Amino acid sequence: MRTYLLAVLVNNTPGVLTHVSGLISRRAFNIESISAGYTEDENVTRINIEVSVESENELDQVVSQLSKLIDIIKVVNLSKAPSIERELVMIKVRATKKERADLVNVVNVFRGNIVDITSENVVIEITGTKRKIDAITEVLAEYDIVEIARTGAIGLSRGPVPVKAM
Amino acid sequence: MLMNGAKALLESLKAEGVEVAFGYPGGVVLRLYDEIYKMKFPHILTGHEQGAVHAADGYARASGKVGVVFATSGPGAANLITGIATANMDSAPLVCITGQVANPAIGKDSFQEVDVCGITTPITKHNYLVKNVNDIPRVVKEAFFIARTGRQAPVVIDVAADVFSAEIDFNYPEIVKLPGYSGKYPVKAEEVEAVVEAVKAAERPLIFFGGGVVSSDTAKELREITEILGVPTASTLMGLGSIPYDTKGYLGFAGMHGAYGANMAIQNADLLLCVGMRFSDRVTGRVAEFAPKAKIAHFEIDLAEVNKNVAADLKVLGDLKESLPLFLDKLKKAGVDFKAKFTPWRDDAVKKGEEHPLGFADSGDNITPEDIIEKVEEILGENTIAVTDVGQHQMWAAQFYKVREPRGFLTSGGLGTMGFGLPAAIGAKLARPDKNVVLFTGDGSIMMNCQEFVTAAENNIDVKVIIFHNSLLGMVGQWQRLFYEHHYSASELSYKRDFVKIAEAMGVKGARLETKQDLNKLEGLLNEKGAMVIDVIIPKEADVLPMVPGGKRLDEMVLRNNN
Repeated sequence: MRTYLLAVLVNNTPGVLTHVSGLISRRAFNIESISAGYTEDENVTRINIEVSVESENELDQVVSQLSKLIDIIKVVNLSKAPSIERELVMIKVRATKKERADLVNVVNVFRGNIVDITSENVVIEITGTKRKIDAITEVLAEYDIVEIARTGAIGLSRGPVPVKAM
Repeated sequence: MLMNGAKALLESLKAEGVEVAFGYPGGVVLRLYDEIYKMKFPHILTGHEQGAVHAADGYARASGKVGVVFATSGPGAANLITGIATANMDSAPLVCITGQVANPAIGKDSFQEVDVCGITTPITKHNYLVKNVNDIPRVVKEAFFIARTGRQAPVVIDVAADVFSAEIDFNYPEIVKLPGYSGKYPVKAEEVEAVVEAVKAAERPLIFFGGGVVSSDTAKELREITEILGVPTASTLMGLGSIPYDTKGYLGFAGMHGAYGANMAIQNADLLLCVGMRFSDRVTGRVAEFAPKAKIAHFEIDLAEVNKNVAADLKVLGDLKESLPLFLDKLKKAGVDFKAKFTPWRDDAVKKGEEHPLGFADSGDNITPEDIIEKVEEILGENTIAVTDVGQHQMWAAQFYKVREPRGFLTSGGLGTMGFGLPAAIGAKLARPDKNVVLFTGDGSIMMNCQEFVTAAENNIDVKVIIFHNSLLGMVGQWQRLFYEHHYSASELSYKRDFVKIAEAMGVKGARLETKQDLNKLEGLLNEKGAMVIDVIIPKEADVLPMVPGGKRLDEMVLRNNN
């Protein structure tokens, strides 16, 4: 299994997420994460999909099936182009006064931020690649993790050419 | 011009050239039906929404035009689902217009509310929920454009009830603006050239064609290519008629119940020219050993079909309307006498097929399926559209009916929908009143939409319905005999169904044929005006053969009498 990040530009219309998610379930594709948001063009939404596939052929199937949807303007496989990938995670860890200093050190090493502190816990925010986020969650497993929220990966191509022109 | 949304919808349909719609009224579409009444919009009331959608599908397949269906919200829309899925699998263009509950009621589990877009997303090319009356002209324009261009398919338009009554200043758009869909499928000349080179290098090429040839209206080009190459040809179930049955080197249809010659030629060929087909599991047999000696060249409009089930060595993406003429032209200019080179292989392939021809053994006084199909064909002749339901009779019809033209054989291939036949035949006759329309159906299938006999009677639609009556769900029974120790679990239709009376009760004439001698009555019956049901009693335990059992290679066929 290999994971690829697809940047999918779609019309900003109601129903488009149903069409995309319906296709994924209908064709039994494996999705690691999916996120969507506005773009520089108010008519266009960008959907970021991390897809896991067994083979290149399966990946081609995902891309060509997605491309067939009427609402979809463009599908680009960012993992195959020079690109930057980021994911944001927020982790709530149980931490009393005693453990706080230790946690601050860990967070600093990973260049994260502590965005909330109470007497019982802290909330840590980290941005980075999947690998970095996996690494910090592994370290934090020594503490008592209360909950985790991850955005899934988003990405941009490097250089001047945007996805819409690729 | 100011008008309400219902009228705007109908005016939009008129602008698209819609000649007839099939449908069934209900609560939220009353405003729409009131405008149908006032405008005298041509409308066929069916007995069931499923009948309406299959009729529109039959209309579309017979004519090449877009079929149109109306249904109300909730159960009305839900009853369309089987028909939409049927059309989607076989790439038939439909626009289905469903009523939705009014805007303020959406999402409240209101009376007769169902999420139509949610349900139809996996079985349509596209769908719309129209919540604003001003979207109607644009959405209708787009829906027809999407349904009829590219790989054809159904599109659903779900309209909130209050939209029908809201006022709009009606203007029908002239152009479609879809940033993600151009409806154009250009062909790359170098891809065609690569196939020409492959043909030059081949010893045993075979043309294997499917429903894409029918829907793109390219049978003429395909026939010319066949003629120039002198190669054998095989059809899929959906491609029947694109090459006439009596063309030299035509081996019949291939696949699970395909002709021996067609299946053997696929396994022996060294180049398969696959034109407008999608390698369904019913066609490939064990897919890993499909055409093991052959390079595969795939002519296809739908990018997602290439390499989906079978890997293609060469592909020609794009509209067959463009790729086939280009291919023909390049073959003509290749400076090779293909015919001289390939006819010996073609003749061998034909000879191979003749080792195991289709056909039944003599059955004494009983009528065999072959008898009836051939006799019907002989009487009705070339100007005929044959329609089928699903099951044994469908395979027999595909094997024995002499199909001469594309759109001359209508069947539910991909979804295999029992109950498709009668409404589809009605739709086909409305689309092509100049043609004879005959339906081959079974005593199982016909019961699934027999309410549409009334539709035929009420609208004077002249369809001839041949029921293969063996008191068994024949195909289920065949599998139970072969693979489930002859356990007829829930497949026997032992209680007598009197189809003559059923027909007569719904205003259609009926007759029964029981022995071979009764076949003499057939000509008189088929020549009568108006719809007619002919209930033909056939032996209970006839098999459809050859048969490639599930998981077997195409050349591992069970043949008649094991010969």
